[in-house]
Amino acid sequence: MRYSVRIAVGPVQFRIGSDWPDPVAALGRLYASYPQDPDRPADATVRLFAARPWRRWIRPSVHIGGDFVIPDALPLPLAMGLLAAEMGMNLQVALGWRRHMLLHASAVARGGRAVIMSGESGSGKSTLAALLGEGDWRLMGDEFTLIDPAGGDALAFPRAVSLKNEAIAEVAARVDPARLGPLLADTPKGAIRHLIPRADAIAAMHEPARPALILFPRFGGAAAIEPMGEGEAFVRLTEASTNYVALGEAGFAALTRLVRETPAFAISYPDSAAGMALVEQLWADVSR
Amino acid sequence: MGGRVPVSAVRTFVDLLAGRRDPAGLAPRDWDGVIGVARSEAMLATLAHRLSDAPLPPTVAALFADQRAAAKVAQAQALWEAEMARRALAPAGIEFVLLKGAAYAAASLSCAAGRQIGDLDILVLASDIRRAENALLNAGWEWVKSDPYDDLYYRQHMHELPPMIHKARDRMIDVHHTILPRTHRTTPDALALIAEAVELSSGFRIFNPAAMVCHCAAHMLADGDLQGGLRNLWDFHCLVLDFLKDDPDFYLTVVEEAWIHGLADVVKRGFRLSHRLYGTPLKAYSSPMMLAFDRQWSDDFYIRRLLTRDDWGRMTNPVLEQAFYIRSHWMRMPPMMLAKHLWTKWRKR
Repeated sequence: MRYSVRIAVGPVQFRIGSDWPDPVAALGRLYASYPQDPDRPADATVRLFAARPWRRWIRPSVHIGGDFVIPDALPLPLAMGLLAAEMGMNLQVALGWRRHMLLHASAVARGGRAVIMSGESGSGKSTLAALLGEGDWRLMGDEFTLIDPAGGDALAFPRAVSLKNEAIAEVAARVDPARLGPLLADTPKGAIRHLIPRADAIAAMHEPARPALILFPRFGGAAAIEPMGEGEAFVRLTEASTNYVALGEAGFAALTRLVRETPAFAISYPDSAAGMALVEQLWADVSR
Repeated sequence: MGGRVPVSAVRTFVDLLAGRRDPAGLAPRDWDGVIGVARSEAMLATLAHRLSDAPLPPTVAALFADQRAAAKVAQAQALWEAEMARRALAPAGIEFVLLKGAAYAAASLSCAAGRQIGDLDILVLASDIRRAENALLNAGWEWVKSDPYDDLYYRQHMHELPPMIHKARDRMIDVHHTILPRTHRTTPDALALIAEAVELSSGFRIFNPAAMVCHCAAHMLADGDLQGGLRNLWDFHCLVLDFLKDDPDFYLTVVEEAWIHGLADVVKRGFRLSHRLYGTPLKAYSSPMMLAFDRQWSDDFYIRRLLTRDDWGRMTNPVLEQAFYIRSHWMRMPPMMLAKHLWTKWRKR
């Protein structure tokens, strides 16, 4: 392809090709500080392409392709090329990665132990992880948490955090502007702005952490904590996993072990400060 | 200019499968294209098996190990789906023959190593097809297509029922009553294929070796537009190697079988193509019948179609792709019917 860039996030080496320079340049800026091994072959390929040659210039629209594609996925305008790249990368991991059990969950770690936060988009799991990651937590990832089926450890996937809507201002107020990507307004998911994780989170991205707490956050309502049984946590996490079925027995064993060994709670919170306080409170409980 | 002559990724991929290329000689970044092409052809786990003992860059070795493990799980799931079909059909007294991927896996044929298995394909007697449909509907399968034209089209003209999916397990089944569309210029003898099927110790039935190779060639070259052609041709190559072990004159056996079904030309082309791409050994005969595999000019189009992928896994020759697509329809139905079909499809867009 005309333009391309290579990015390694956690255990996955991507190559992203594009018919336009802009998405690749934007990705290059977001991931400039990530470790690079130019000799490492790519595990996953993403292609950002124009469906017809002239659509490269006339009303350019970016189709998302790669090893795995979603049929009939709608293209995005070129101004949202960075979002297209992010969606393409997520798709390859969600559908193609088999080494670990994938949870659609954010995670932060402290002292080699991880808090895994699973929830639908809008639950605030990304925002909570991003904000905790600015404090004395290591950000492991805002989108995927990987579970090693052999040992049960959680592995990080610290891609650039995808901040959405109100979370943008909240996080932007606390970080160096150099760590923020361009503002993508009016995307299908609302306003989006990427946050480059802290250098320590990137440097530690290959270090596993032991799952210590599983949270199912829900943004809105009064602050509340509700303990969750193994069965419910199990079912919810099967729904949050993109490769649970494909892993077969190994996936079942990994997930069973995770919910047996890790206390789980549903939490609801009215604002980020309250949410972070709940995480700290539960962390103190399980650390005792 | 000295040094390496650049070889396209798809060529390298084919050469690695054929064993013509030493994987140790690949530059680290050559693997990008090879892996990309292999994924596009749904053959990454096949390549991973082929190179399971080869010295590889560590990250490639790790990726290949993942692929082998995942393929093993996927095959167990595919065979479980076959067992589910057996349990649904057995009470009605309906026997079936496993086709394609599930059959290769059930018989542990060499092409099954790492082979992706999509839908479950089974073949039943034409006289059993309605009862098979009812038994599956009662056992939890349901229709995928809701379009009445498509549904009627399948029932009147195709070699299979409209696809069904199991509502709990989310897996598709294609129930065939013959191996090529009813309207196809070639009409294989489905009754003979089923009558001469063999039973495995697991109780599943599969085609006998010659019929299996005929079906593989028919599926690849007489039905469809050669999408997935490299994988089908790899199946063909592996099947031939497997069956040559017990029958050194398997060429004669398979061509004889192919004559019965009107597939002799198709099978001979399969031999020629798999010889050219994967190095399948060929043997010509003058007795008891004439059998030659002389290269034909038209083979070049097939080879070119099979190799039309760039290092990013993209198809690079839309004209050739389109030509094979038109060819597939041309073989599949008579001209007037094709015109009507395309007209209906076009209006519904």
